Amino acid sequence: MYELIIIGAGPAGMTAAVYAARKKLNALLISSDIGGQVLWTAGVENYMGYQLIEGSELMSKFEEQVKLFPIDIKTGERVNSLSQTNKGFKVQTVKGESYQARAVIIATGKRPRQLNVPGEEKLKGKGVTYCATCDGPLFAGENVAIIGGGNSALETAENMVKIAKHIHLVSLTPFTGDQILIDKLTGASNITVLLEHEVLEIKGENRVKRIKIRDLKNKQERELDVSGVFIEIGLIPNSTPVKEIVQLNRLGEIEVSCANETSVLGLFAAGDVTNVPEKQIVVAAGEGAKAALQAHRYLQRLSR
Amino acid sequence: MAREVKIYTTPNCPYCKMAKKFLADNGIEYQEFNIVEDKAVREEMKNRCNSLAVPTICFNGEVLIGFNEAELREKLGL
Repeated sequence: MYELIIIGAGPAGMTAAVYAARKKLNALLISSDIGGQVLWTAGVENYMGYQLIEGSELMSKFEEQVKLFPIDIKTGERVNSLSQTNKGFKVQTVKGESYQARAVIIATGKRPRQLNVPGEEKLKGKGVTYCATCDGPLFAGENVAIIGGGNSALETAENMVKIAKHIHLVSLTPFTGDQILIDKLTGASNITVLLEHEVLEIKGENRVKRIKIRDLKNKQERELDVSGVFIEIGLIPNSTPVKEIVQLNRLGEIEVSCANETSVLGLFAAGDVTNVPEKQIVVAAGEGAKAALQAHRYLQRLSR
Repeated sequence: MAREVKIYTTPNCPYCKMAKKFLADNGIEYQEFNIVEDKAVREEMKNRCNSLAVPTICFNGEVLIGFNEAELREKLGL
């Protein structure tokens, strides 16, 4: 039985791990990956101490620092559920392993939101993508759809106009992204903007062939021939494993006090999975530190 | 066990970097194919592996699309 289990190894979880280790807590860091959302970020210009660093490189440096301390790390493990026991908590992974601790910090971050339309799941990696930076070059010279109206969708469109044959930019709402990004697209001849349109279905057997959309104003449906669908409709918190036991806000974020306490005693949370405003690397790291120190204080009180 | 591991990548893809780091950390030799530089390998990945995403990792007839550490561990017997 551990004193502390930290779930998630992004900036919040890894900072919490270092703070916990420095307090000599018997701790386990468990995560599906190392680095979390920062890995998707090409250049980071606002993490102090580095003028410009690639997201993945920054996370490698975090990892190196965690590994200087004697803390157990399990990666490649996805947590399925968290439950309360008479001594603390039990963490169950998808693989069926279970671990117990007297206190837990949830630092599981966020993940890309899915459209939840027919065909999406089946065609993942077959034309449906959530990582434009990764898969964009595969669709050079082809017709693609970009779904979303915020900054991520607009940035994806900006990159894809240079290489795709034609782009359909489909958004449920008017643009919500920055004007500067919208302006960059106005001159492009190979883009069609479809605002206030919803995606109904992604069609194709082994590959994406077309998408079915509906105009929200006149309710007319039609299909667009595309071989790639870039889904850029924001992020949702990875709070599912704890949703039955802690208080969440309407966005599904874990509600925490200013000392990172959740609604359950001994259960703490930090970083983008929480309702703390500003989803930033530096904020998440700071929150991770606070959560670990608070967990340490809680464990000290328990042992008195 | 001898196996020829191929990994198809794009330069700015973080999951490709993670996958390569994972293979290297576990002492697994691999051949990397950058699909941006070489159109022929892009077509090979699309048609032979039936994949439209990177990283695509192929060995012994297995095709793994994306980087999923648990799945890769299992398939490689690590």
